[in-house]
Amino acid sequence: MFTTHKSRLLLATLAAGLLATAACTPGEQAAPLASPGVEASGEVELWHFFTDREADAIAEIVKDFEAKHPKVKVTVKGGQDDTKMLQAIGAGQGPDVGLSYSTDIVGKFCSSGAWTDLTPYLQRDGIDLKRYPEVIRSYTEFRGKRCAMPFLADVYGLYYNKAIFAEAGVAGPPKTLAELTELAKKLTVRKPDGTIERAGFLPSFGFYENSPSHLAPMVGASWLNTDGTSAIGSDPKWQELVRWQKDLVDWYGYDKLEKFRAGLGDEWSADNAFHKGKVAMNIDGEWRMAFLRDQAKDVRFGVAPLPVADPARYGGGYVTGNVIGVSRTAKNNEAAWALVRFLTTETAAIVKLSNGIRNVPSTTDALTSKDLVVDPEFQVFLDIFAHPATVTTPPSAVGAAYQEELSGFLQSYQSGTVTDLAGGLKKVDQQIDNLVKLAG
Amino acid sequence: MSLPLTGGAGPSRTPSPRLTRLRRRLTPYTFVAPTLVGLALFLVYPLVSAVYFSFTRFNLIQAPEWVGLDNWRFLFEDDNVVRAAKNTLWLVLVMVPARMLGALLTALLLNQVKRARGVYRTLFYLPALAPPVAATLAFVLLLKPGTGPVNTALSALGVDDPPLWFNDPAWAKPSLVVLAMWGIGDLMMIFIAALLDVPAELHEAASLDGAGSWQRFRYVTLPSISPVLAFAAITGIIGTLQYFTQAAVAASVASGQVTGGGGISDTFGYPEGSTFTYPLWLYVVGFRYHVLGYANVLAVVLFVVSMTATVLLLRRFKEFTR
Repeated sequence: MFTTHKSRLLLATLAAGLLATAACTPGEQAAPLASPGVEASGEVELWHFFTDREADAIAEIVKDFEAKHPKVKVTVKGGQDDTKMLQAIGAGQGPDVGLSYSTDIVGKFCSSGAWTDLTPYLQRDGIDLKRYPEVIRSYTEFRGKRCAMPFLADVYGLYYNKAIFAEAGVAGPPKTLAELTELAKKLTVRKPDGTIERAGFLPSFGFYENSPSHLAPMVGASWLNTDGTSAIGSDPKWQELVRWQKDLVDWYGYDKLEKFRAGLGDEWSADNAFHKGKVAMNIDGEWRMAFLRDQAKDVRFGVAPLPVADPARYGGGYVTGNVIGVSRTAKNNEAAWALVRFLTTETAAIVKLSNGIRNVPSTTDALTSKDLVVDPEFQVFLDIFAHPATVTTPPSAVGAAYQEELSGFLQSYQSGTVTDLAGGLKKVDQQIDNLVKLAG
Repeated sequence: MSLPLTGGAGPSRTPSPRLTRLRRRLTPYTFVAPTLVGLALFLVYPLVSAVYFSFTRFNLIQAPEWVGLDNWRFLFEDDNVVRAAKNTLWLVLVMVPARMLGALLTALLLNQVKRARGVYRTLFYLPALAPPVAATLAFVLLLKPGTGPVNTALSALGVDDPPLWFNDPAWAKPSLVVLAMWGIGDLMMIFIAALLDVPAELHEAASLDGAGSWQRFRYVTLPSISPVLAFAAITGIIGTLQYFTQAAVAASVASGQVTGGGGISDTFGYPEGSTFTYPLWLYVVGFRYHVLGYANVLAVVLFVVSMTATVLLLRRFKEFTR
């Protein structure tokens, strides 16, 4: 073995490659902590994902930060995404501060150390985390590491078209799944051949915001066990939710529903089906109000908490949000932390951001601030946010894998391609558990 | 004292035979050194790294941790890889021959055109210049059920139930093939060049021997252009095994969540996983779930499959041209 000249050359090349590979992979790095009261100074780079109107709001709030911290200069780079941020951090070129659109990254960013554990900074500066609701605290830490701070929150509720409700003589939004089914059928309009012209409620998984994570609060289904493995197959509430959804899909007829769906406009365009009155009720986030007021001024809409299986849970919903953290490659940790602290703990800054971006503020102080612009619809989302039955998706070492695996299966189940619900959910468990095991 | 008859003072300038041999041996290597360095850096090193990382737990941030065969074992339990591989295989078996056949037929037809040949060639080539994202967007909108011009026209022509194209699991992959056929200009130009290189005297000789047009095509044209066909097949297979952009964009647009922000991979495969290709799964595992060890397993398998397909195809074409 490896006796010829060519074999030795090949072996040497492989060995050199392996050594180079091992040498080029990153190692651990710890950042020093300054004494309490030390004023931050220097330059900080902030990456965020916002564009257009929302990016302007970020630029505005950064100016406020610079006015308060004149020794810190912030360079803002918008339109960034998580993948790019992780690659940049891995290459030692990441930003000092990163803002992510999704809580799904918290597990990986905390466990890998891509974002610094902020606990020492929080303790040094005496920041009480009770200013954040429990659900927010849960999605900004992973395995005891608080590497992220909540930026603003997104809350999901049920939008309904008041004109369609009035026309059908419906008094108010549904509160239970049974009522939702009844109203969905009542408000659906079909052509004589059965083709759908308007759906009372379009229940398909994969349609707009109809992801399992947004619908799970309707039944209170759980995602993960305490050890990080999947709880989907063993929690009967998932089957309850899926059976309810499948019954409604079958009432419409899957093919007819898909044909109707295929003709609808893009979720993020002015042709959104709710804007156009093609669906009477729809699940969406609080940001939809800004889109409706901008792109569909004539639509009279109302918002309500998600209908639920158990009336005792009514009032809650799904909450997620943007998260912000300090990269392990930050060149100026103190200034980076000062910026994060300003954006996530200062009531005036949070309220200004909320008013600018029209997301829900993340602290209890900001929620009750007199400067927060609140209308009756926005108040509904604030109430959902504060409700004890409101839930989120837990951080995981594999990010959103557990949600996407379930979503993929449910799309096959609702079409009838797969018929074994319990068996399918068990297979989803296996796939998730394998990925979690590999991720470590 | 006698003086030497030849030469000057000091040692002889003639290099030793050993040095000469070494120089001769090294000279060609110096000429190919830049290429060798490039290959080592951009082929051998990434390949060796991929194999190494496939045995580790790796996330771009922490040092890789050796996990033995764990990642490789999951390859045989992974449902998604089976679905993704099936879709990719379907595309390889249908899209590659369809593109080759379409491009060859177009090239043959354009070679028959006597007037304005350049204009036609340009017209047929132009779609190949369209960026894949823009072309896919345009196609999804053209084929959009309900409001797209294609189904509107089909309905006007009396087709009662036109296909849902990218929104129907049965039609989504054929729709991608239609999109690929639209952009056959690059392949068509290569075939035109190859057809022009076929010696005219061979065709004349075959005609004199009584060969018909099909026989001349089968026994003269095809063997003459077979190296180009082999090139097209190999690059086509390799390209289709890496099929990503069009599948991702088509699924995203057709699902109605084109600018969905963070959860881009939520829409991958729509509808019902029918456009979920192998590279999409590799991307999701690596850059969305950050399980880069397993992503490297998928990458290594993709390389081995590409290499095997290339070797097999080259052998087949050699047999064909014998």
